[in-house]
Amino acid sequence: MLACASCHGAQGEGTSDVYFPRLAGKPAGYLYNQLVAFRDGRRKYPPMNYLLEFLPDDYLKKMADYFASLRPPFPEPAIPTVSDAILARGESIVKNGDAQRGIPPCASCHGPSFGGMEPAIPGLLGLRASYISAQLGGWRYGTRTAAAPDCMQIVASLLTEDDVKAVAAYLSSRPAPADPSFAPQGSLPMPLACGSEPR
Amino acid sequence: MQRLSTKLILLLALCFAGVTPASAQQNPPANAELLKRGEYLARAGDCIACHTAREGKTFAGGLPMKTPFGTLYTSNITPDPQTGIGTWTSDQFYRMMHDGRFPDGGLVYPAMPFGSYTKVTREDSDAIYAFLRSVPPVKQVNKPHELTFPFNNRSLIIGWRTLFFNEGEFKPDPTKSAEWNRGAYLVEGLGHCGMCHTAINALGGSSESQAFEGGLIPMQYWYAPSLTSNKEAGLGDWSIQEIVDYLRTGVSARGAVYGPMAEVVYNSLQYLNDEDIRAMAVYLKGLAQGSSPDKPPPAIPSAESSLLLSLGKQIYDRDCASCHGATGLGMPPHYPPLAGNQSIQMASAVNAIRMVLNGGYPPGTAGNPMPYGMPPFAQRLSDDEVAAVVTYIRTSWGNRGAPVSARQANELRTATLK
Repeated sequence: MLACASCHGAQGEGTSDVYFPRLAGKPAGYLYNQLVAFRDGRRKYPPMNYLLEFLPDDYLKKMADYFASLRPPFPEPAIPTVSDAILARGESIVKNGDAQRGIPPCASCHGPSFGGMEPAIPGLLGLRASYISAQLGGWRYGTRTAAAPDCMQIVASLLTEDDVKAVAAYLSSRPAPADPSFAPQGSLPMPLACGSEPR
Repeated sequence: MQRLSTKLILLLALCFAGVTPASAQQNPPANAELLKRGEYLARAGDCIACHTAREGKTFAGGLPMKTPFGTLYTSNITPDPQTGIGTWTSDQFYRMMHDGRFPDGGLVYPAMPFGSYTKVTREDSDAIYAFLRSVPPVKQVNKPHELTFPFNNRSLIIGWRTLFFNEGEFKPDPTKSAEWNRGAYLVEGLGHCGMCHTAINALGGSSESQAFEGGLIPMQYWYAPSLTSNKEAGLGDWSIQEIVDYLRTGVSARGAVYGPMAEVVYNSLQYLNDEDIRAMAVYLKGLAQGSSPDKPPPAIPSAESSLLLSLGKQIYDRDCASCHGATGLGMPPHYPPLAGNQSIQMASAVNAIRMVLNGGYPPGTAGNPMPYGMPPFAQRLSDDEVAAVVTYIRTSWGNRGAPVSARQANELRTATLK
């Protein structure tokens, strides 16, 4: 998987470029869904669309399994560049959601320690604020989509730009989890139905 | 009167002959055989690549094709009677393939390679027709083309046809072997290789006198190398086995398939049988003309270009040598050799620059299901660094390419990745 290393790190740990995500230790189903979405052009990022265009499903599955099995160290948590108030707002949305506005807590699907859940819900740690806000922005504006019902599209569309900034700042400032594993399938409550995650 | 009635009898005989296919439909073994042959020939013609949109239904069309004249949308060729070709007869289908005309006589835009398909035999056209009638019908209305003025005027196609279209089935060359002729039929006909490997001029046509001499593919910013020059992709110096490997698995001891050719191997060539791939290899090898004398090596390095080369070597040793070897020998087939690799030394440096910027995987095929990929370097190397390393690769280890400028590298950064 050396072709992936120049952007995602030799062990899928990510690199200093803030827009290239960590791949290691995310559930294989999630990684596979992304690889297929890039290959088929639904998730748009020309360098990835180009690289994967003529690769068969079986190979993409093996790539996903490989990165899902790796556990390289997490990067140092980001030092927040936002105020304590914004950080607290981020923590509140991530852990408790916002019942009044119908926003579920991130933790309800991504796990209390944000490690994700098998087979297809990604972990949220080890990612930089710019990447997280770009993805949430992509869902809000419809440039990133997933299988229907597209739960992340629903959640992201409830967030304001300030919410996105706060959530990204909080998540990227979290230290490495004690246990970097993802949760077993069906072990988290999931307040919304998601097309990518069979219940 | 006598002659007229003879004609009438002939006509009647033809009508009865026309009934045969219908009765064949009630004869499953023959029909299955025909459909299998049609499916195979549709692979050889690579119909699926253009007539299937990303995440779209197979053969339902809708794929946007960007051309210098605007965007064309491919058509639905499933047997749906309203939106596909369900009401077409095999005559009408042959007319489209052979003469580039719709059933109503309207002219087809030459993005459909009827200039090549015109060489396909009636028998093969009928087999493809039978196969396409057997695929699941999809109700999907064709998207209107978005062509700019004056190209949205279909009557311009008449002029194009006068200049560039020569109607006529493939004529075997009796002085050549049956294998060579089969290869020529596939390469010039269904394979429509000339669509990319013959230069496209400003009128969107390609000249027969320059057949297979290579050219930049409009809008894709990849250079389709000459198949006649051994200095480009001419295969005169390759063994038949190397050509066979390259065409069918996507990798070979000489180099790997990349860019738009990856699509051709992925969707079409990997499905062809031994005999046909060998026949194509024999024909392609024969296309290459004798090597002309080597051009002189690049001018003696000035202070500036020797600086470029020393920077290039530094980058090569750091980023490239671990796979391609310190002296560019690679480890074929998975790490292609760079020393002596024709595609690196061509007059056009477009492909070498783009490989460094964008990286790439050969296609995943039955013969090579887990191809090794090259990482992109666009995000890591500056324009000067890209120019330096490409210049180094093009001029080292006996390679005789010309140096590359930072400006050339910069221009290709924005090359649309479709």
